[in-house]
Amino acid sequence: MSPDVVLCVPSCDGPVRKSFEVTGVSPAVVESGRVSEISALEPEGGFAGVVINASTFPFTEAMNLCRQLRARERSVGPIILLLEHYQLDELTFREDLFDDFVVGPFDVSELATRLRHRLRRAGNENVAPRIEHGGLSMNLETYQASIVGRVMDLTYMEYELLRFLATNPNRVFTRETLLSRVWGYEYYGGARTVDVHVRRLRAKLGEEHAHLIQTVRSVGYKFGSSPNEYVP
Amino acid sequence: MPSMKDQAQYVLRTVEERGVRFVQLWFTDVLGRHKAFHVTPAELEDALDQGMTFDGSSIDGFTRVQEADVLARPDLTTFQLLPWYEEGAGVARVFCDINNIDGTPFEGCPRQQLRRVLDDARAQGYTFFVAPEIEYFYFEDLNTLSPPRPIDHGSYFDLLPDDTASQLRRRTVLMLEEMGIGVEHAQHEDAPGQHEIDLRYTDALTMADTVMSVRHVVKELARQSGVAASFMPKPLANVQGSGMHTHLSLWRDDQNAFIGDGPYGLSPVAQKFIAGLVRHAPEITAVTNQWVNSYKRLVPGAEAPVSASWARYDAAALVRVPSVKPGRIDSTRVEYRSPDPAANPYLAFAVILAAGLRGVVGDYELPEERELLAPLPQSLSQAVDLMETSELMHETLGAHQVEWFLRNKRAEWDAYRGQVTPFELERHLPLL
Repeated sequence: MSPDVVLCVPSCDGPVRKSFEVTGVSPAVVESGRVSEISALEPEGGFAGVVINASTFPFTEAMNLCRQLRARERSVGPIILLLEHYQLDELTFREDLFDDFVVGPFDVSELATRLRHRLRRAGNENVAPRIEHGGLSMNLETYQASIVGRVMDLTYMEYELLRFLATNPNRVFTRETLLSRVWGYEYYGGARTVDVHVRRLRAKLGEEHAHLIQTVRSVGYKFGSSPNEYVP
Repeated sequence: MPSMKDQAQYVLRTVEERGVRFVQLWFTDVLGRHKAFHVTPAELEDALDQGMTFDGSSIDGFTRVQEADVLARPDLTTFQLLPWYEEGAGVARVFCDINNIDGTPFEGCPRQQLRRVLDDARAQGYTFFVAPEIEYFYFEDLNTLSPPRPIDHGSYFDLLPDDTASQLRRRTVLMLEEMGIGVEHAQHEDAPGQHEIDLRYTDALTMADTVMSVRHVVKELARQSGVAASFMPKPLANVQGSGMHTHLSLWRDDQNAFIGDGPYGLSPVAQKFIAGLVRHAPEITAVTNQWVNSYKRLVPGAEAPVSASWARYDAAALVRVPSVKPGRIDSTRVEYRSPDPAANPYLAFAVILAAGLRGVVGDYELPEERELLAPLPQSLSQAVDLMETSELMHETLGAHQVEWFLRNKRAEWDAYRGQVTPFELERHLPLL
């Protein structure tokens, strides 16, 4: 999965660059702040957000840029302003032009936290934080899975297999597909490994919920909650 | 595709989320004794990243003195919370491979020795599946001053009123299932206090790890109930001992390579594999039955094999070909019956596979059913002598390991043969 691209005006140096690295997003730097240049750099999926460093930029130009970005047909995601303390008053009555701001001197973890927080709230970050299905709940950020509130202790490969199945409910996967998509490398067990892990997952799901992983005879497995079709 | 980084992230995050206080890094010495480091979450990241360095010369069979330091590298795929610890004060375990400081596999590491044999099998297109039946006793305590006292008086398949032993066995099975260990069934065995847990097949490396876990869980839960469990091969003189009959199959391209048109539905590969097992059985017995006491189980009339032979039905056969239920042709397999549960499972599976593969590669001919071939060694001393001259064992375990094993086992034999037993005193003292 390619990382989110965040527009960065007019530069991406020092703590700003570090905060991008920590967050795992890549910057698209436009020095001039001209809309035509911005459009030229726009990735196919659009920008995930914008960071404008108004402390190295005439303030009114920065505000104009915000206005132009807001007026665009295609959203650029949340806009975060970086500014110095003396510029704070300038923000009055311009609250609609930005989503968040950080006052210098800039601290990497504060920048990264705000960036992550804004991207997450905007739903742009490349994570689906939670999967819920038939009593199963998986938090993809904390790697914790639970079944009707009972926490499941999973090994890494059990977790990965369950995550893969649960993110693709009601689709039938062959053992070979699961092996290549989930394990991805040669393993001592070959495709029988999948059976072994499915058995372990069913044991951990418990008798009542074992049917969430269904055997599709002579094909493979699918995830879903229709107990009638369950063949152990 | 899981990278080491993803796996480490998973482990670290789970430790944080579940309030894990200690992570046990598990490994085994050459004799299969369970060893562990305990690291706190604060140290865990380093341990996962760099491994843990320790002085190997303090562990049996690990190093020659001049190259003392070795490195324990956690195998992150085996990270698992131990379900009998309290929520919020959790303990997790992860199995380790032992490496030399330069990162190469350490030749005294049983887990990596098994890996090597599995890699050999894979190079020939085979994956190796095993399913052991683990027998053990529950005793009132492990006081060694008097004969151990079994905690029940049941026998084979007895359904007893809900006594301590049945409850304990049931709790153990549920605990194992919670850890993702599939149990086929569990039952009371022939002798008083003797129980059996049959595990569902997995690849051999996972199963060797599993055997270590099962022994640990059985003992831990017995301890919590105020009794004791033992995997000693023959703890009581006049009843049968504890074995670890092990079901084996080779798979190729996700087909069971043992299925065929031969006798009992066996393929040529299966027949050659059996031939390899029966031909090499005497020389691998030092590993599958590694204690002085192991040989008190391998005696005539005790439903244990005493010589190399194969058969469909014969409780004394070394290799048995179990019947396959209709429609379950994939469960075609052979059962190797000499090992005991006090063996090092990594080395036991490694030498069993190596012996069988010899038969396949060397095109061995299957002997007649029930034909008694070479006798199995009758004592640890004989077993070790057979190991010493075995080219198969040197090739499979390496010179370092064989040499250490011989030295250790001869010392055990020497300590044993100087003993004066109650048997001798009872028989001879009044008469001679």
